[in-house]
Amino acid sequence: MASVQWRSRGRNYEAELQRCHHEAVPVEFGDYHPLKPIMVTDTKTRRGTRKGSTSSSSSSSSSAPADPLSSMLDGTDPLSMFAAASSGETSAMSHSSSTGDLGRKKRIKEEEVLGADFEPWSTKRGEILARFTTTEKLSINLFMGSDKAPNPGSSAVSEKVRTRLEELDDLEEGSQRQLLNLSQQDYANRIEELNQSLKEAWSTDQKVKALKIVIQCSKLLSDTSVIQFYPSKFVLITDILDTFGRLVYERIWTMCSDPRPLPDSFTAEDVNDTAKETCLNWFFKIASIRELLPRLYVETAILKCNNFLSKLGVQETLPRLTAMIRGIGDPLVASYARAYLCRVGMEVAPHLKESLNANFFDLLTTFRQISGDSVQKQLHIQRVEVPVYLTLYSPAINWILQCIAYRAPEQLLTEMMERCKMMANNALLLNSIMRAFRPEFVATRATDFISMIKDCDESGFPKHLLYRSLGRSLACADPPESERLTILNDAWKVITKVRNPQDYMNCAEIWVEFTCRHFTKREVNTVLADIIKHMTPDRAFEDAYPQLQSVIRKILTYFHDFSALFSMERFLPFLDMFQKDSVRVEVCKFIMEVFIKHQLELTRDPVILNAMLHICKTMHDSVNSLTLEDEKRSLALLIIGFVRMVSFGRDFEQQLSFCVEARATFCNLEPVLVQLIHTVNQLAMETRRVMRGNHSRKTAAFVRACAAYCFISIPSLSSIFSRLNLYLLSGQVALANQCLSQADAFLKAAVSILPEVPRSISVEGKLRSSENFLLDFINNFLATLLVVPDHPEHGVLYLVRGLLNMVQDYTWEENSDAKVRVYISALPLLAAMCQETYLYSIPKVDSNETLYGGDPKFLSEINKLCETLIGQILDHLKVLTRDESVRRQSALAFSLFGVLLAHGDLRNNKLSQLSINLWNLSHKHGYCEARVSVRTLEYIKHQAQQPDMAHLSDTIQRLVLQSRT
Amino acid sequence: MWWITETVAGVITLSCKEAMQHHGISLSMEGIVNLQLSSKSVGVFEAFYNSVKPIQLISNNIEVAKAGKIPGGKTEIPFEFPLNTKGNKVLYETYHGVFVNIQYTLRCDLKRSLLAKDLSRNCEFMVHCQPQKAKVVPTPVKFSITPESLQNTREKSLLPRFLIRGHLDATSCVISQPLTGEVVVEKSEVPVKSIELQLVRVETCGCAEGYARDATEIQNIQIAEGDVCHGLPIPIYMVFPRLFTCPTLETTNFKVEFEINIVIVLHDDHLITENFPLKLCRV
Repeated sequence: MASVQWRSRGRNYEAELQRCHHEAVPVEFGDYHPLKPIMVTDTKTRRGTRKGSTSSSSSSSSSAPADPLSSMLDGTDPLSMFAAASSGETSAMSHSSSTGDLGRKKRIKEEEVLGADFEPWSTKRGEILARFTTTEKLSINLFMGSDKAPNPGSSAVSEKVRTRLEELDDLEEGSQRQLLNLSQQDYANRIEELNQSLKEAWSTDQKVKALKIVIQCSKLLSDTSVIQFYPSKFVLITDILDTFGRLVYERIWTMCSDPRPLPDSFTAEDVNDTAKETCLNWFFKIASIRELLPRLYVETAILKCNNFLSKLGVQETLPRLTAMIRGIGDPLVASYARAYLCRVGMEVAPHLKESLNANFFDLLTTFRQISGDSVQKQLHIQRVEVPVYLTLYSPAINWILQCIAYRAPEQLLTEMMERCKMMANNALLLNSIMRAFRPEFVATRATDFISMIKDCDESGFPKHLLYRSLGRSLACADPPESERLTILNDAWKVITKVRNPQDYMNCAEIWVEFTCRHFTKREVNTVLADIIKHMTPDRAFEDAYPQLQSVIRKILTYFHDFSALFSMERFLPFLDMFQKDSVRVEVCKFIMEVFIKHQLELTRDPVILNAMLHICKTMHDSVNSLTLEDEKRSLALLIIGFVRMVSFGRDFEQQLSFCVEARATFCNLEPVLVQLIHTVNQLAMETRRVMRGNHSRKTAAFVRACAAYCFISIPSLSSIFSRLNLYLLSGQVALANQCLSQADAFLKAAVSILPEVPRSISVEGKLRSSENFLLDFINNFLATLLVVPDHPEHGVLYLVRGLLNMVQDYTWEENSDAKVRVYISALPLLAAMCQETYLYSIPKVDSNETLYGGDPKFLSEINKLCETLIGQILDHLKVLTRDESVRRQSALAFSLFGVLLAHGDLRNNKLSQLSINLWNLSHKHGYCEARVSVRTLEYIKHQAQQPDMAHLSDTIQRLVLQSRT
Repeated sequence: MWWITETVAGVITLSCKEAMQHHGISLSMEGIVNLQLSSKSVGVFEAFYNSVKPIQLISNNIEVAKAGKIPGGKTEIPFEFPLNTKGNKVLYETYHGVFVNIQYTLRCDLKRSLLAKDLSRNCEFMVHCQPQKAKVVPTPVKFSITPESLQNTREKSLLPRFLIRGHLDATSCVISQPLTGEVVVEKSEVPVKSIELQLVRVETCGCAEGYARDATEIQNIQIAEGDVCHGLPIPIYMVFPRLFTCPTLETTNFKVEFEINIVIVLHDDHLITENFPLKLCRV
């Protein structure tokens, strides 16, 4: 095949368009669209079924929001809907009482099972462990077996036969183990070991050993030597007791389930005799434990097993155990024993409230012991201050009160409060009441509480803790409107006097919420000022970052008006207290998240802009070489969110200058720069829209400035494809705005960096070939080139040639057809350039069609170029003759055939011959898909019927469809 | 567990791999009272010691199977014994004490040919005596302990001042029900260290020649620990341990009685004990 002659087919785009259109039916946009939110018109039914149990009908706001995705996030997402439905169900259950058998059953269930609104022990557990710690050395005394050593009482009978706990004694481990000098962590580990060995002993059927472990552990609770640690010790050891209780219960349960498992609501009659006997045995064994505390705790642990023996078992045992606690001399030990009893009591029989009350009243009676000699002496020896000692009580008392207050009538709570008022040293109780009772209850009596707090003895329980508890209640429930300001004033008067910064901060943190909830920015500002004043001396804020962060969080929950927020004088100085970088960035990120979520309108408010710029700059400046990619990405996203919210309306110049400033500020985060370039391009287009395409001198200068901005910014990006795409985009924008030389420069720049494109790039962490990206880009670029007028100083088709040269020189992957593909796709462009009227054009920009006006020289130039390209393609096709590459050859030949058919003038014999050759080549090895070939032939037949296209019928005669035999 | 006058019934279970020849299986039931003397008393009553013989309460023997063959596998042979005494003898409740033991056993013997050893198995069974018909009316017993009320102290004036009051709900108790009551520390100069309940049995063995009386602790239960709150009633509560207690027993040869001690230990290790004899019975 010698030289090829190229003739472009003349196209009448309009006529072609008409031909295509005459069949087209306008698409009816029906009402139905799958992405449209479901419209609920009948909202009445929903309210009606609220109380019922099954209503989960999909509901959504009836106003149709513009964006279907955002409307999904508006709380109609199916998961949260289910959650809401199920919670509604439970609450409905508690209300739907009385009538019907079903209702009754449900009510019974309700009584036995604690509702979800009861704060479970497990949440308190961690809190206590974290709060009550010690650095002192601890010891564990375990007398395995010979538990008679310290037994003054038994000396009454000098010679005695040791029959007591006989079974226990003859086991191994008769030795006394004493572990001294344990750190707190060691202690916890030891206890956990014991827990493990308990389970192990149980599973290996050493029930007696298990019991022994439990007894020894509960004995540890009578030791108050490191008293600050006592609450934590209680938590650790009751874990073991819980394990034990569960094991025993499960064991007896499985004994009963021999023929068939017991129903959930079984009675004692359902239990068989062996199980009953085993259960009784446990109780007898426990009843013979010598010491009071282990006997009490272990019996409490297996309280639930009473259900196996009789219906009233638990009801009778609870008061007895309650009375038994009176025998414990140490008030702290006793109150924790009460807490444990209440806890197990609540789990096993939540409806038995009497013993809870009895426990509480006993507790009140024993309160005077705290000031008694024994306790005072002990405190003196351990060098523990009274206020510290008193706080040790709070977890236990809080828990007891919480149990009492749970679904208790208002009247009972009032009575409890009155009783506490009468007690001396009532600060501790007061604190517990405020913590345990319903926040609404406390809130309505807030003024009472404040006066009670005022009356409290200063030397005892620290007052700031009282205010803290009060604040906690007020944060979730509202006191009467008229009292709010007085409450805040009274409380803050005391809080501001707290000396210790840590105490102060703990308190202030809680009251900030109350302030934010009910007052304006003025009051919040005052509070912030006070916090700054307290925390600045000696850099106290360094130890209080979590609390300070929580202050910010609370403020942002209530204040979404950012201009009001930033106009608070003390807000930014408050932010300045976060001086540790990581915390600072975290706070900034949080503020930004809230901003993006709640700032719905574009803004130009200088207060917001300044503050936000400052915050974003802080985030940006935290980026260094060690910052993780993900972190960078999230920071960039937040900053982009801010950039997108900024709009100066018609004041385009200021917007541009903002972008300039932002570019300088955020130069290290590429995504932000990309966004800025987009913003500026958008700005230019917006200007064009405003001027309706006719730029004045001023606006023309402005759009050129925009182009300049982009031109300067793009090279600083490191991602080659961002650069390429932005060059192209900016070039298009410049062209649209009639900035020809700028557009030229952009496109030239894009062409000039093409050789820099690496052969592979990393996409989402994986190395992938860049070829497809590059091909996409080049196709896009070629499409743009149609409308770009030639530069007067450079030759014809300067940019197209430049691009093709770059493609020629680019080091493509070996064995790749990419280069040829580019050539093939360049042909349609060149063909399009030959037309008299171009397919598309830009208003007010003269493309080559006008510049050259169909000059034959220009056309022959194009034809020459096409011929070269086809020559190159054919050369390449010749190389692809080896077995493994014939498939590629066939595909390329077919696509070239397609191009010739669509764009070449096949009246030309040579061209027509070439196309037939290509057809044959592509079908030579049978790799061509028959269906495509058939469709192509049909298309040609169809085309041949058009006027001027009759020559195609000749061609078609010569195209042989290979039969698949 | 059987009540007196009931019939002891059960099955003998034999299991062997293959069929076995035997010369008869017999089952015997026996009830004995064993008396023993404490080492304290040995010197005085040495001569007497030897004369204490077990008292047989009941003895029964039946042949379960004649000589023959039992098939391999598991064989169950049911049996029954009436729990009745002959003549004027009385059956007592099972009791395991230190010096007095009342025990009922079943013994199963399997006789075999000369070459093989005879097989035998022992098995104890519990006997509870007939519940009393009469209703026990609980009579509360109040007590009040002060330094003045104490006996066997040498110098009352040296004692710290204290006042401890309280009551037991009853001293004649039903054995299956706990002992209950209350104790209140009204005042005490020296803090209380511990309050304990001590259950003591008093066993008396003897006959016409003389007798030995011994008190031993069965169970000691702490009901208060540490300096308890003054004026607050502390419950007294004790479950009578099974096996180690039985209804109070008085016979011509021996006696088994029970007492309760309330022991108060003060911080200076003063020991104050108040003693109450108990009468246990079954209803």
